[in-house]
Amino acid sequence: MVKELFQLFVFPGVLFLFVFGLSAEFIDRKLCARLQNRVGPPWFQPLADFIKLLAKEEVVPEEADVSVFKLMPVLALSASITAFLYIPLSAQSAIYSFNGDVIVVLYLLTMPTLAYFLGGWYSRSVYAMIGAVRSLNQLFAYEVPFFLAILASALLANTWSLSGMAAFYSAHPGYWLFNLLGFAVALLSLLGKLEKVPFDIPEAETEIVAGVFTEYGARFLAFLRMSMNVEMAVGSSLLAAVFLPFGLRLGLAGGFILYLVKVFFIIALISLARTAVARLRLDQMINLCWKFLAPLAFAQVLLNLIIKGVIAR
Amino acid sequence: MHDSGEVHIPIGPQHPSLKEPESFLITLRGEKITAVNIKIGYNHRGIEKACEERTYIQDMYLIERICGICSHSHSTCFVQAVEEIAGLQVPPRALYIRTLVAELERVHSHLLWLGVAGHEVGFDTLLMYAWRDREVVMNLLASLTGNRVNYAINTIGGVRRDVSANTLEEAASAADILEERTKYYIGIVTTETTLINRLSGVGKLSPQDALRLGAVGPTARASGIARDVRADDPYAAYAELKFKVVTDNSCDVYGRTVVRLKELLESISLIRQVIKNLPDGPIAVKAPRRIPAGEAVSRYEAPRGEDLHYVRANATDKPDRVKFRPPTLANVQAVAHMLQDRYLADLPIVVAAIDPCFSCTDRLLSLDRGGQIEKTVLTWEQLRQSSIEHYQREGIDFSALNKKLADKM
Repeated sequence: MVKELFQLFVFPGVLFLFVFGLSAEFIDRKLCARLQNRVGPPWFQPLADFIKLLAKEEVVPEEADVSVFKLMPVLALSASITAFLYIPLSAQSAIYSFNGDVIVVLYLLTMPTLAYFLGGWYSRSVYAMIGAVRSLNQLFAYEVPFFLAILASALLANTWSLSGMAAFYSAHPGYWLFNLLGFAVALLSLLGKLEKVPFDIPEAETEIVAGVFTEYGARFLAFLRMSMNVEMAVGSSLLAAVFLPFGLRLGLAGGFILYLVKVFFIIALISLARTAVARLRLDQMINLCWKFLAPLAFAQVLLNLIIKGVIAR
Repeated sequence: MHDSGEVHIPIGPQHPSLKEPESFLITLRGEKITAVNIKIGYNHRGIEKACEERTYIQDMYLIERICGICSHSHSTCFVQAVEEIAGLQVPPRALYIRTLVAELERVHSHLLWLGVAGHEVGFDTLLMYAWRDREVVMNLLASLTGNRVNYAINTIGGVRRDVSANTLEEAASAADILEERTKYYIGIVTTETTLINRLSGVGKLSPQDALRLGAVGPTARASGIARDVRADDPYAAYAELKFKVVTDNSCDVYGRTVVRLKELLESISLIRQVIKNLPDGPIAVKAPRRIPAGEAVSRYEAPRGEDLHYVRANATDKPDRVKFRPPTLANVQAVAHMLQDRYLADLPIVVAAIDPCFSCTDRLLSLDRGGQIEKTVLTWEQLRQSSIEHYQREGIDFSALNKKLADKM
């Protein structure tokens, strides 16, 4: 019982994820700043922002649906935290796992976007509503290649469990190299999920202020931002577990350090992508996802099916 | 939200994509813009009227503050008109120094624009880089004139400060840095796929429409219309310098970007020519305090396009009437046309592509409501009286203080 509570609330649960999410935000912001020739924030800036937002006065728009408006940030945060419990970090198995948990994780990672949509829609501000519609539109574009890329990797491992995949790839070292195409597709889709440039269309500052987040302030905004950070940490962990499953037998300390290196490498790739390009338009983004990312993900599925056939023989 | 599926969204008067207050009321169907209602006037400061109350010398500094970016443009344009009325022969060295500051101003304005354009399409790295490199020219302007903005280099009859050989050397090395950076940006804009996707085909303005709507400056030149006051009606030292009028035939935001970047190279070449050919001699002639009666129109190619000033003098030390037609006022008509059937995402960059300066543009607006409201015109005295009464009603009364002041005098 004590062990379970510790796992849920301290490690690798809520507390660890808070720290992890804040570090992910810091690394993203600092790296982005250095790439843009800026100084960037000090290490405690994300925490300071979080505390400051908690202390601010709460304002709920008069027209907004109060309960939905207040519920959505919490829902978004808890969904992304829950997803983390099924992802194997340093060892070959996660705290909880069952056959099919990869679907659950993908589903839980979709929840925050739906929560942003509902929160934005029910805050009844034009900017938030347009942002909400855009984030849903975008969801339909990046979700298919994202799912396909991850499922392709699962297909090769012949299991629907993330822990099972970790076990398969450590039993067959080098097999993860087959999935590099899927990794690229999943990374680009993750940019869409995290609403980062070039896919930050739902919160395009110069068009719709802050999109879904326009009407949010105080602790609601703090939770929304935290859920974004946790989503970034969890999304990167998922990618690390699915596409970079090597060195899982290094023991507790070594494995954990390697895991952090993998995740921060993925976050660095995200920062690099968002400093190197301009924001796309919604129609261009959807075109890109359906015309390039989805076929590439299909190609990965096909490749893995063929490889599987060869292995079986 | 309406039953027709149309959404009205206000961009402005306060909005993150606008650097100055202005209102664009957009009607959207999905992501497509169906109508744009542009309202100007949020930044009206009554400078034309204020000019009539001040002397020519004071006006020069006031006019310099019409705009923070093209301050030299406005003051030069005004000073040229006054010099024409007074019949002053400005010494060539002064004309060259004016040209030097004008071209440096164009460089800083175009680099600023490039950064803003990057920000509008979500390419913040371009903003950071362009503004960092803009510091080179800002620092040069500071050592040349004493100020980073509002250079105050002009005076009626010439310029106020001479340039030293040291500063010229500094300018020459700055020109080298700027040329290298400009070539780098031309490389980025012409090769970066996401940027090209966001810029080309957006905000189309055909040459016919550009002429019909009276577009000026880079906006017109990107539609293939070779219009440049520096070449058409040379002022300052431009008649003696060699440069190309850059045009582009793509008629869209991409073309406007390319035109501005290529103009940067032309400006850098002009700066080098000025440094090389700077004549010796005095930097100003003495100007009379009272300008003889007469009127003049002066044209000037500001970074955003043709600036036009009209001055009427009445043989006193204050102008009788001053009228400005800044470039944005000419270009803003084209914006609504460019936005037709575009996406919401294109709005910020299309508006930014004319390099709007709303503080230049804003005029007093009179709403025509079908004659329901009676219009009255107040004289200066009546206006003053009504404002005194307004504040007295608010409980603020300066009449005792005014009386005390009058007694002392």
